[in-house]
Amino acid sequence: MSTIHKSPWLLHYDGSSCNGCDIEVLACTTPVYDVERFGVINTGNPMHADIFLITGGINSQNEAVVKQIYEQMPQPKVVIAVGTCACTGGIFKECYNIKGGADTVIPVDIYVPGCAARPESIIDGVVKGIALFKEKAAALKASENAN
Amino acid sequence: MGKRSIVPYGPQHPVLPEPIHLDLVLEDEKVLAAIPSIGFIHRGLESLTSKKDFNEMVYVAERICGICSFMHGMGYCMAVEDIMNVEVPRRADYLRTIWAEMSRLHSHLLWLGLLADGFGFESLFMHSWRLRENILDMFEASTGGRVIFSVNTIGGVLKDMPNDMLKEFVKKLDEMEKEIRETTSIFLNDYTVKSRLVDVGILTGEDAIRRGAVGPMMRASGINVDMRKNGYAAYNDIDFDVITSNNCDSYARCEVRIGEIFQSIDIIRQCVAKIPDTEINTKVTGMPNGESIIRVEQPRGEAFYHVRANGTKFLDRFRVRTPTFANIPALTQTLQGCQYGDVPLLVLTIDPCISCTER
Repeated sequence: MSTIHKSPWLLHYDGSSCNGCDIEVLACTTPVYDVERFGVINTGNPMHADIFLITGGINSQNEAVVKQIYEQMPQPKVVIAVGTCACTGGIFKECYNIKGGADTVIPVDIYVPGCAARPESIIDGVVKGIALFKEKAAALKASENAN
Repeated sequence: MGKRSIVPYGPQHPVLPEPIHLDLVLEDEKVLAAIPSIGFIHRGLESLTSKKDFNEMVYVAERICGICSFMHGMGYCMAVEDIMNVEVPRRADYLRTIWAEMSRLHSHLLWLGLLADGFGFESLFMHSWRLRENILDMFEASTGGRVIFSVNTIGGVLKDMPNDMLKEFVKKLDEMEKEIRETTSIFLNDYTVKSRLVDVGILTGEDAIRRGAVGPMMRASGINVDMRKNGYAAYNDIDFDVITSNNCDSYARCEVRIGEIFQSIDIIRQCVAKIPDTEINTKVTGMPNGESIIRVEQPRGEAFYHVRANGTKFLDRFRVRTPTFANIPALTQTLQGCQYGDVPLLVLTIDPCISCTER
């Protein structure tokens, strides 16, 4: 498990964001910020992912998609809401089609604020996510040993 | 005849940063038809006009899309200014043009990167995005934001760029131009890249018109359409030729966008040379009353803004038609008869911006 603790794989899904946070998530993996040099890879497969980055609020059509992606990810997993929209609904909170932040459908562990969230804060969120991931992995192991 | 099967594509897909869903009807490896379904990012942004006043709506309009956020804000402001008969100071027009062209630069570099990622050329993706970061640095220096700038306001712009800064930017762009030329020459000349792009996804000029394509999609089919030629903002003072290509394939779309990168650099140079020293905004009083339609050339094509006001601070109607929405029928045309492996590439060649499309 130690490789995962240092180099978690990310899965990014755009809930209903304006694209601003999405390109900042991608910018984290490209030169200048470049988290890929630490082995943090942006994967497309939920079954390979350790950390789920969700941007944008939840609407009635993507609700099922977000839930499905979350369920397909193996345990332990960490969910990070990136940007104000994913945290609370943000500027679109009053729109008729927005139910609210990502936590209305899945449990969110870490909230990264900002409109758009800066790559530095996204990376900070992921680093905090790694610490949480270790705790979750230890708890999972303890419960397996108890059984 | 092979067996037909339907393969779902998206909404969550490694190649797409944004969700779009396509039902692909396949016969063996050949795509017979593609049926798009959208709505995964629909927020109902236009309905906010009943909750936010027309000044606050500038910031909502900017958040239609994070890539061309500046141009969305500009289009909305131009529409309200048109209703209220506000004359924007000339310097503000020039500043808007410069920021708009910087948006086009970063958007096209972003697209080149995504395209490279789409055909599996990872290092080219990284190089394109590395170049794009320079533009974002320029945005950050001039506006304070990387993707959402909030510098537009009704009656002009909120921040000025000092002339020294503009000259510095031109110097940086001169240096960048060499690097961009080096990177883009790979897209245009590399054998492997060409084998993925040439003669893939043909859209004839006739089809492009019939399907109502816009922007680089249209220009890559040999049709000369560019809203900038209508002369909004400072474009009537600028000398530029519309870039078109007659090849009608994915390579032509790449060629047109690469041409536009250098064109944008040239337009910024011309703007900096001509920019007048005036105020940057005029004070706007009263409430808008009337109706206006504005068309703006975004990196992806023509965006259309319709604003109707009723003399109160809340607008009656704010409607946007974005370029990706107009390009989806053209996309379904190019997907017909293509190989299954080319689908991600062809979806990328329209430069999809789904958050624009669905708002």
